[in-house]
Formats: sequence, structure tokens, C-alpha cells
Amino acid sequence: MNDSTGEARSGPSRRGFLTGTGAAAAAAAGLRGELAPAAQPNPAAPAHGPGPVLVELTVNGNKLSTTVEPRVTLLDALRNHLDVTGCKRVCDRGTCGACTVIVDGRTVYSCTMLAVEARGADVKTAEALGGDRLDPVPAAFADCDAQQCGFCTPGFVVSIRAALDKNPKATPEQVEAALTGNICRCGTYEQMRHAIVQLCRKGG
Amino acid sequence: MKNFTYHRPATVAAALPLLDAEWGKTELLAGGTDLLDRQKEYVSQPDKVVSLTGIGGAFKQIAAAGDAVTIGAGVKLADIAESKELAAFPALTGAAGEIAGPQIRNMGTLGGSLCQRNRCWYFRDEHVPCLLKGGKKCFALDGENEYHAVFTQGHPCVIVHPSTLAPPLIALGATAEVVGPKGTRTVPLEKLFQAPAKETQREHTLAPNEVLVAVKIPAKEPPRNASYEVKQRETSEWPLVQAAVAFRPFVKVARDVRVVLGHVAPTPLVSEAAAKALEGKEVTDATATAAGEAAAAGAKPLSGNGYKVALVKTVVKRAALLAAGARPYWEG
Ligand SMILES: Cc1cc2nc3c(=O)[nH]c(=O)nc-3n(C[C@H](O)[C@H](O)[C@H](O)COP(=O)(O)OP(=O)(O)OC[C@H]3O[C@@H](n4cnc5c(N)ncnc54)[C@H](O)[C@@H]3O)c2cc1C
Ligand code: SF4
Ligand code: FES
Ligand code: FES
Repeated sequence: MNDSTGEARSGPSRRGFLTGTGAAAAAAAGLRGELAPAAQPNPAAPAHGPGPVLVELTVNGNKLSTTVEPRVTLLDALRNHLDVTGCKRVCDRGTCGACTVIVDGRTVYSCTMLAVEARGADVKTAEALGGDRLDPVPAAFADCDAQQCGFCTPGFVVSIRAALDKNPKATPEQVEAALTGNICRCGTYEQMRHAIVQLCRKGG
Repeated sequence: MKNFTYHRPATVAAALPLLDAEWGKTELLAGGTDLLDRQKEYVSQPDKVVSLTGIGGAFKQIAAAGDAVTIGAGVKLADIAESKELAAFPALTGAAGEIAGPQIRNMGTLGGSLCQRNRCWYFRDEHVPCLLKGGKKCFALDGENEYHAVFTQGHPCVIVHPSTLAPPLIALGATAEVVGPKGTRTVPLEKLFQAPAKETQREHTLAPNEVLVAVKIPAKEPPRNASYEVKQRETSEWPLVQAAVAFRPFVKVARDVRVVLGHVAPTPLVSEAAAKALEGKEVTDATATAAGEAAAAGAKPLSGNGYKVALVKTVVKRAALLAAGARPYWEG
């Protein structure tokens, strides 16, 4: 099964590869994967990997890049390679919503998308809602005490932000409907409801 | 997850030469919501993954032209649910809008929904060598089978087909466009599915080197249609049982009735008996109830799923009434 970094039990793991050969070699292997792929049947669709592949993407407005094997999910690339840790790894199976990020304007489960599939994408994570100018969504969560352990919170606030961006006049019911892909194990739903009502009253 | 080489062709034509003639070593990737799950569980261990997400144009569009609406296989479930072009097909848009939550609908595609693998927990467990993984027996037959088939029809593997888009599309008379090494073929949607019995068969009839490119729904005078499903909880859950109903109103009666059941058999199941119970009749509480009874007749539940027989009656009745425009009295 997967270990906590999303690596596998068979085949050269990223960690083994890095410790064995050094990061520079890993980067060179990334280039090798990109520029001189193995024999391919169609030059229009080159093979990437199985070694590390260059992934460039925009995260919260910053252009970032890393090299990861094709099997690495967007979630693990963000958390383990790019130090963007707002998105959480809880189920890693597309059922809980803790890893929710916005890719090109739509919420997705970053645990269920390959990082290579996000090349060139515009990614927004919970970090985009924090900082000096706190976004109204996490502000309402703080106001209404809408979290306990807080593990689900980045996913919920990202989903709510996306719903209100899509429809700033959304009703609390409509916002709740946009949260059907997020689960809170602590059951802090009632406080989240208060936060949502407050947000809708203020118009997002 | 086992590592693999990754390709992202820009056209269907460029994808074809990358595919194998046999299942196992190569997988197509669309939204990844089913495939990644299987890879993480080591149920699928492809050496090569061919992504379809770089293919643009008609593959990702819904187009109304002449007397048909064509939905590209790469269209997202969320876009089907909200499509204006598909407004005449609430059976389809409604079913799409019920799938999982927004994130899955933003990722999952039509092609992936129709080609997703079954949800049998023995199948999804790497360590259980059942028929579909090259083993000798079906573990659900005398195991935990509450979500399995009630119309097993002698099939050795008793899964239910997982797609909730398949029953409405079949009820609407849709066809699938499939491209392979020998060119394009058109398949009536009910013929796209089969009951698999061994490792070398899938829940669909596509060859391993074929790609589903689009689904076409006849749109000339669309029938009245609706889909209704019962779930254990409202979200992030496949239905327990689903029915899609379509018919043409003729004066006061229903003509060309189609009733298709979901989640009761290894394939979406066309119920001729239920259709016959409504054909030429006005859709009323009484005839809709009779259709439900007819649909459930002949069901042979397994040890743990007898409850599904009662649900078949309910979903057929409610789908028929919804298609006829009745107010959903059950919502209170
Ligand atoms: C919590 C949860 C609840 C769900 N509930 C429902 C539900 O109620 N009803 C329902 O129908 N589904 C449900 N689903 C399943 C979901 O709809 C599918 O996972 C999704 O539609 C698959 O689409 P995808 O594009 O992500 O497919 P992928 O995971 O990319 O692919 C799935 C399979 O289809 C093949 N494939 C994809 N596209 C093509 C193509 N064009 N031609 C040939 N083969 C292709 C792939 O090779 C792969 O084997 C649920 C999923 C989750 C996680
Ligand atoms: S129902 Fe099919 S998939 Fe499930 S255990 Fe039986 S043979 Fe395997
Ligand atoms: S970690 Fe991605 S949905 Fe749970
Ligand atoms: S606050 Fe703990 S899971 Fe939601």
C-alpha cells in the first residue's frame, strides 16, 4: 500500500532515487524523461516517465515547478514537493474533500488527479484565502467557531469560496449543496451552517 | 501505486497507436476518479497510461445539430448536469447531477462514467482472487452481497453495473461512437455493456484498443423522460436501485415506452415487462404501480439483497410518474 508520501512498494521510489543519486541526477532524469523518451509509436504523444517529469503550474498566483514521477498525485506534489500544505491528505480516495483545490476555476480532489495532468494549470488552495487579508470565508469560520480538529476546514473553505465565486448571490441551501463532496469527521456542521448563513447575508 | 509511463496525445488518432490489443498493461485516463482509485489499490497496474484530457474539440463538447444531440466522451459530468442543450433530457441531466459531489462531477467524464469498473468490494480488494481477477470463484455469491445483483440471470459474476448515466441514455435511445484501429463504429448504447465473467472481459464491449468518442441522443420530438434513484445517503454514494423511464405521450396515453433499471444486474437492464405494463395506457398511480410490479417480477435476490426487489417497484413507479409530469408527492 502507499506510504504517507504516496510512493509505492515496488519500482524505484522517489525517495530511494533521490537518496541514491542526488537531486541533480533526479533533475537530469526529469529532463531525460521529457526530451529523450523511450522508443515511441507516435511522435505526437511522447512518453513521459517513468522517471521524474517536469511539472510547471501556477499555485496561488506563483509559478512553481518540480519534477515528479507520473504516479504522483497533485496533492502529494503540492504537499511533499512544493510545500503547499493547505490541502490535506485524509482518505486519499476521492471521498472526503480534505484535499479540495480549485483547478482552472473548478473544485477537484487533488488526491485523485495526477500532478502531470495539472501541468500548466492554475491552482488555488486554501492558502489563497489566508494571509494578511483574510478571505471572508475563513473569517466567518473563525467567527462562528466552525471547526474542531480543523483537518477538513481547508477543503470546506475552498469549496465554499468556489460556490460563492460561481454565484455570489447563492442561498445557504445552494452553498450547502456545493459541500456534498466534503465530510467533517468531527461533525462541526451546525457551526459551519452559521458561518454560511453569515456569509450569504453579507453576499459572499 | 505502481509507476508507469504517461502519454497525453492531442487527438484520438494519436491515442490509438498507443493502445494494446489486450487488457491490463495500458489504461486510458480521463478524469481519473475511477482509474486512480484502482491503481492505488493495485487492482489495476498499468505500465502505460494514455491520457485523453489533451484531446479538445468535439471530444469535450455538447453539440445540438439537426435531430440529435452529441455529447463528447470527454465532457465533464458537471457540464452534463447543467447543459442547456440537454434540457429536454432531465433523465440524463438529473442523474448526472446526483453523482457523488461537485468535485467528482468536475473531474469525471461521460466516457469514464460509462467505462468505469464495477464497485464490488471483492473486486476492489487486491487480495481477493475472484473471477474478474483471474480466480476461480465469485466471492459475493455466498459472501457479503447486499449491493449486488437481484437479476443475476445465470451470470457467474453478480456485480451491478455502476453507471447511473447508462440507464437514462439507453431509455433515450442513445448510440455510442467508438473509434478503433479499423475505423469508427456506432453501437446502440445497450450493446455497449456486457456481463463480464473473467479477467479478460470488462463491463463494456469496447476492445482494449478502442476509444469511446461520443454518445448521440436522438432529439427529434424528445420523449418525456425521468430517472429516479434510491440511495443510502444523499451524497457521495452510488444508488441502491435506479430506474429511467421514457415514453411519447399520444393523446392521453404513453407510447414507445422504455424502462431501464440500474444497479440490479451486471448490465443496465431493459425491462420489457414494465414497458408493456405502461404501453398504450395513461400513466397514473395505478399503471405506474403495475409497471413497478412487472419490473420486479422474476427477480432472484441473493442472501443479502432482498430489499432491492421492493425498491425496484418504488423507483419504476416514481420514475414513470416523474416522466409524466406528476408532482413528487413523496417529497412531502
Ligand atoms: C464517491 C463517489 C460516488 C460516485 N457515485 C456515482 C454514481 O452515483 N453514479 C455513477 O454513475 N458514478 C458514480 N461515481 C463514479 C464516477 O461517476 C466515475 O468515477 C466517473 O464518471 C469516471 O469518470 P472519469 O472520467 O474520472 O474516468 P477515469 O477514472 O479516468 O476512467 C474510468 C475507466 O474508463 C475508461 N475510459 C475513460 N474514458 C474512456 C473513453 N473515452 N473510452 C474508453 N475508455 C474510457 C478508463 O480507461 C478507465 O478504465 C462515483 C464516484 C465516487 C468517487
Ligand atoms: S461479483 Fe464479480 S467482481 Fe464481485 S466477487 Fe463475484 S466475480 Fe468478483
Ligand atoms: S484526501 Fe482527497 S478526497 Fe479525501
Ligand atoms: S473539524 Fe475535524 S474533521 Fe471537520
